[in-house]
Amino acid sequence: MKEERLRSLLIRGLVGDASAYRTFLSELTAHLRSFVRRRLARQPEEVEDLVQELLLAIHNQRHTYDPAQPLTAWVQAIARYKLIDLLRRRSRTNGLHDPLDDDYDLLVAADGDAAEARYDLAKLLQQLPDRQRLPILYVKIEGSSVADAAKRTGMSESAVKVGIHRGLKALAGRIRSIE
Amino acid sequence: MKTEDWVSMLANGVEAIDPKRMARRHLLAITGGLLGSLALTGGILQLNPALSHVVVEPMFWVREAYCAALALLGLAAVIRLARPGIRLGFMPAGIGTVVMVMWIFAATVLLTAPAQNRSHLFFGTTAAVCPFLIALVAAPLFIAFLWFLRGLAPTRLRLAGAAAGFAAGSLGALVYSLHCPELAAPFLGTWYLLGMLIPTSLGAWLGPRLICW
Repeated sequence: MKEERLRSLLIRGLVGDASAYRTFLSELTAHLRSFVRRRLARQPEEVEDLVQELLLAIHNQRHTYDPAQPLTAWVQAIARYKLIDLLRRRSRTNGLHDPLDDDYDLLVAADGDAAEARYDLAKLLQQLPDRQRLPILYVKIEGSSVADAAKRTGMSESAVKVGIHRGLKALAGRIRSIE
Repeated sequence: MKTEDWVSMLANGVEAIDPKRMARRHLLAITGGLLGSLALTGGILQLNPALSHVVVEPMFWVREAYCAALALLGLAAVIRLARPGIRLGFMPAGIGTVVMVMWIFAATVLLTAPAQNRSHLFFGTTAAVCPFLIALVAAPLFIAFLWFLRGLAPTRLRLAGAAAGFAAGSLGALVYSLHCPELAAPFLGTWYLLGMLIPTSLGAWLGPRLICW
């Protein structure tokens, strides 16, 4: 079952299995896209922006997932929260179908029609301080190890990890304030 | 940016999550908040000088149990609301039940007391300050619980803020009871509850402003 498969991938990701985690995020993407597209029917150009914002939120909040909890309930609560947050910030509710529905239909449909989001990660990163920007650049974008990034920046390994963690949270805040 | 690349970026070099992280943050919030509340109660308000005599009275323990039961339910609600997709369960009903039991008890006390004693049972000697002092003593706990929530992902912000306020108010009332001389049920059911509701309403107001993410 889809729920079971994604749940076990995430649980492996939470103990540090990066390839299971990548599979989890990329398989979840199509479901998120379908969820968002159904609810932002009148703003198709914003769908991919929100999908990426959701992926970032799920990543930043992954420590709040309780493995005993259904994955769908957790993901859908985040998706609904971010969707309502977006609509409230715009106070433009005409595309709103029914974001408050309570049935967990997230995994029922998938949408593989990927587009590009409109934000420019490089520009967003420029706004972060070096102690966050460089760890994200080296580890998350270039794919270096934490140890390597520590050497290149002259930071300690734990400072690199903290920089990534805080930097991604700050990034979520920047994306939130763009609209 | 392509979503595929975004996913790769997020997954690159991903670290294991410490499963005890939330429990640690919770423990830190309770400890820090309690120390603050105790300092306010012991330092500014002073402990009740008759405390050693009062502890033998059954009503003393009724009061402590009342505050402690509400605090436990409030804390459980905060923990549940801190995570996306977890239902509140029986917490609101539990809180309602504890309050109802205290009100029934208070009504019985008032109805069976001689008429000239009723006003004192209801107002005691400190009714005018009690709710505000409870709110004051609860303040460090309130700040600590909001901090706790800021590190997690509540999705019902108003409710989560209110729960943080209620947990702080009821735990604060428990600490405040070390200073407070009042033991009558009508007093506890009214002024203690009002004291707990001050941070609760403040939390409902502040939640959407302070704990959004």
